[in-house]
Amino acid sequence: MKKVISMLLVAALAVMMGSACFAEEGTLKIGFIGPLTGAAAVYGTSCLQGAQVAVDEINAKGGMQIELIAQDDEHDPEKSVNAYNTLWDEGAQMIVGCVTTGPCKAVSAEAYNDRMFMLTPSASSTEVTEGKDNMYQVCFTDPNQGSASAQFIVDNGLATKVAVIYNNADAYSTGIYQTFVANAAELGLEVVSVTTFTDDTTDFSVQLTDAKDNGADLVFLPIYYTPASMILSQANAMEYAPTFFGVDGMDGILTMEGFDTSLAEGLMLLTPFAADAEDERTQTFVAAYQAAYTDVPTQFSADGYDAVYALYEASLEGGINGDTSTEDACEILVKVMPEITVSGLTGEMDWDANGEVTKTPKAVVIQNGVYVGM
Amino acid sequence: MKKMSKTFINNAITYALVIVAFIVMTILQNAGVLTRSMKGQLIPICVYIVMAVSLNLVVGISGELCLGHAGFMSVGAFTGVVAAACLAGGVPNPTLRLILAMIVGGLIAAVAGVIIGVPVLRLRGDYLAIVTLAFGEIIRNVINCLYVALDGSALRMSFNTPVVQEAARTAEGIPFQVLINGPQGATVATKLATFTMGFVLIIFSLIVVLNLINSRSGRAIMAIRDNRIAAESVGIGVTKYKMMAFVISAALAGMAGALYSLNYSTVTASKFKFDTSILVLVFVVLGGIGNIRGSIIAATLLTVLPELLRAFNDYRMLIYAIVLILVMLTTNNPRFKQLRESLAEKLRRGKGAGNESEGGV
Repeated sequence: MKKVISMLLVAALAVMMGSACFAEEGTLKIGFIGPLTGAAAVYGTSCLQGAQVAVDEINAKGGMQIELIAQDDEHDPEKSVNAYNTLWDEGAQMIVGCVTTGPCKAVSAEAYNDRMFMLTPSASSTEVTEGKDNMYQVCFTDPNQGSASAQFIVDNGLATKVAVIYNNADAYSTGIYQTFVANAAELGLEVVSVTTFTDDTTDFSVQLTDAKDNGADLVFLPIYYTPASMILSQANAMEYAPTFFGVDGMDGILTMEGFDTSLAEGLMLLTPFAADAEDERTQTFVAAYQAAYTDVPTQFSADGYDAVYALYEASLEGGINGDTSTEDACEILVKVMPEITVSGLTGEMDWDANGEVTKTPKAVVIQNGVYVGM
Repeated sequence: MKKMSKTFINNAITYALVIVAFIVMTILQNAGVLTRSMKGQLIPICVYIVMAVSLNLVVGISGELCLGHAGFMSVGAFTGVVAAACLAGGVPNPTLRLILAMIVGGLIAAVAGVIIGVPVLRLRGDYLAIVTLAFGEIIRNVINCLYVALDGSALRMSFNTPVVQEAARTAEGIPFQVLINGPQGATVATKLATFTMGFVLIIFSLIVVLNLINSRSGRAIMAIRDNRIAAESVGIGVTKYKMMAFVISAALAGMAGALYSLNYSTVTASKFKFDTSILVLVFVVLGGIGNIRGSIIAATLLTVLPELLRAFNDYRMLIYAIVLILVMLTTNNPRFKQLRESLAEKLRRGKGAGNESEGGV
C-alpha cells in the first residue's frame, strides 16, 4: 500500500513538473476558459476545438506564434474564477473566454480589476461587458438577438400573432425573451401566448395548446435545441403547424442524434454560422476541423476561431508580443479593439468601445434538411 | 474532571489549527509567495469549512441525515446580497456592511430552518433525508423565478419580469437597481468578502458549535441521537433539542452563504444544487462524522485538491474520485488501521534506535 501511494505521488509530481515548463520566447500566450467537463461541456469543447484550429493555422503561417492554455470551468462561476487565477499563474497575456454567461460575469469582474483583456466567444448577456472596458464579445448580445428576431419577423411579414415558449430557469432564454417582448410591443407585433418550462420538462402539450388556442401563426423559441426538438415533434403529433423561429441556441438541431430532420422543415433561426456555407474560408475551416476532430463544427467552434483571430490581429496591430506584460497588453488591446475590423467566419466584425460587436445578423431557414440563407 | 480537560485540549488543538493556518496564510500572502490560484481559493475554503462544521452539527451530533444544506446556504447568499445592497447607502464601512449582511443572511436562513424544521423533524431516517433534499430543490426553484429590485429606497419583489418597470422608473429618474434577476442570478456591486472575515466566521462557528456540543443542551442532543427512547424517558424534549441543532446549523450555513455570494460578482441559484449539498456532506463524511476538526481538514483539502489536479486536465475528476475512494477505504479498513498502528509503533521505536523508517503515508 505504501509503495503504491508513494508511486502515485511521484507520478503526480512528475506530471505537475512537466506541465510547468515554460514556453519559448516571443510566443503569445492566450488563455482559454470554458466548460470542458460537465453538463455544458459540448459548448466549451467545440469552442476550444475551433480556437485550436485557428491557433494551428496561425502557427503554420510562421511569424508570431501562439500558445493556447485551456482551463476547465465546469460551467461554474466559482471554478471559473479559479481557472482564471490559474491562467495568471501560468502567464497568460489575454483570455478567450469564458464560453458560458454565468461564469463570464464572475470572471470579467475579476479581470477588470486585475487588468487582463478578455474576449468572450459566446457569453451573450449584456451584463458580461457592462461597465468593463477590457471585456469584448464575439457573439451577439441577448437583447440584440431578441430585438433582431422581432425586427426580422416584422420586416419580413412572417406573422401578426406570436407565441413565445421559453425556459424560465435559464439566463440565456429569459434574457432573449425579455427584450423580444419589449421590442414586439414597440413594433406592433401581437404576443398572444407566453408559456414557460424548466430544464427537466419533457411534455410541452400545455404550452403548444395554449399557443394553438390563441391562434398564434408563429412560435418564437429562444431556447436550446434539445427542448426545441421535443416541441417540434409534439407540435407535429398534435397537427399544429405554425412557423417556428429560433435563435442561435437552435443551431445544432440538424445534427442531433435520433432527431427526424423532416420535422425541422421550414424552421427559421438566427445563426452567425452554417457549416455547409459555400464560401472558401468556411470550407477550409470545416475541412481542418473535421480532419482534427471528426465531428462537424458548430457556431461555437466558429466563435472560438474568430475570437483567436481577433486577438491575433489586434495584437499585431498594437505590437504585442510574447514579452508584453499582461497589464500592458490589456491597455493596448483596449485602445486597438474598437479601431480594427476583423473578417471572420461569423461575418465582418467591428466593436464599439463598450465591447459589443456589430455584425449583420444572418437568418437561415431549413429546407430539405439543410440551412438556406434568407 | 479528567474528561473535561481532555475535551478542552481537543478543542484548543482545533482552534490553534485554524489560527495557525490563518497566520501562515496571511504571512505568505503578504510576502507574495502565494500563487494567485491559491489566493483566490482562500475565501471559498473558509466558506466550505463553515458549511462542513455546521452540517456536522446536524449529521454528526444530532444524527440526522440532511441533504438540503445548500438550500440554507442559498437563502443566506441571496438575502446577503440584498442586505448588502440595501445598506450600501447607510453603512459606508465595507467590513461592517459585510458583518450585517452575514447576520441578516444567517437570521433569514434560521427562519427557513424553523419553517422546514417543524414538519421535517417529525420524520426519521430516510424520510428526513428525502424531505430535506426536496426542500433544497424547492428553494432553488423559487429563487430561479424570483426578481428583486431596489427602487429608490423601496425593495420590490415579484415572480414576474421587472424589465418594464425598470424602463419606466429609469425614465422618471428614480434609481432602479435589479438585485436578483431570476435565473440570471444576483449581481453584486462590490465584493465585500475578505479572508480575515472568513477566518472570523470560522472562529465564530467553532465557538458556537464546540460550546454547544460541550454544553448541557449538546449532551441532550447526543443522548437523543444515541437512544431516542431512553432520552425521552428521562425527560429530554426531543423536538426542542433537535430543532436547536437544526436551526443553528441553518443559520451558520446562511452566514457562510452570504460570505460566499459577496466574494463573487455574480451568484446564480443553480450553484446551490443537490451537488453542493452532497459536496458538503462528503466533507463531513470523509472528515469523520461528528469530528469537527476532521470536517475542517477535509473541507480544506477537498476544496484545494481539484485545483491542484488541474495539471491532469481531463483525468482530474477521475483522480479526485480515486482519492475519495482511497480515503474511505484506508480510514475504515481494519487491516490498514493495524498497519498504521504498527507503523507508528515502529516510528516510536525507530526514534530511539536511529532514524531508520522515515516516510510512511
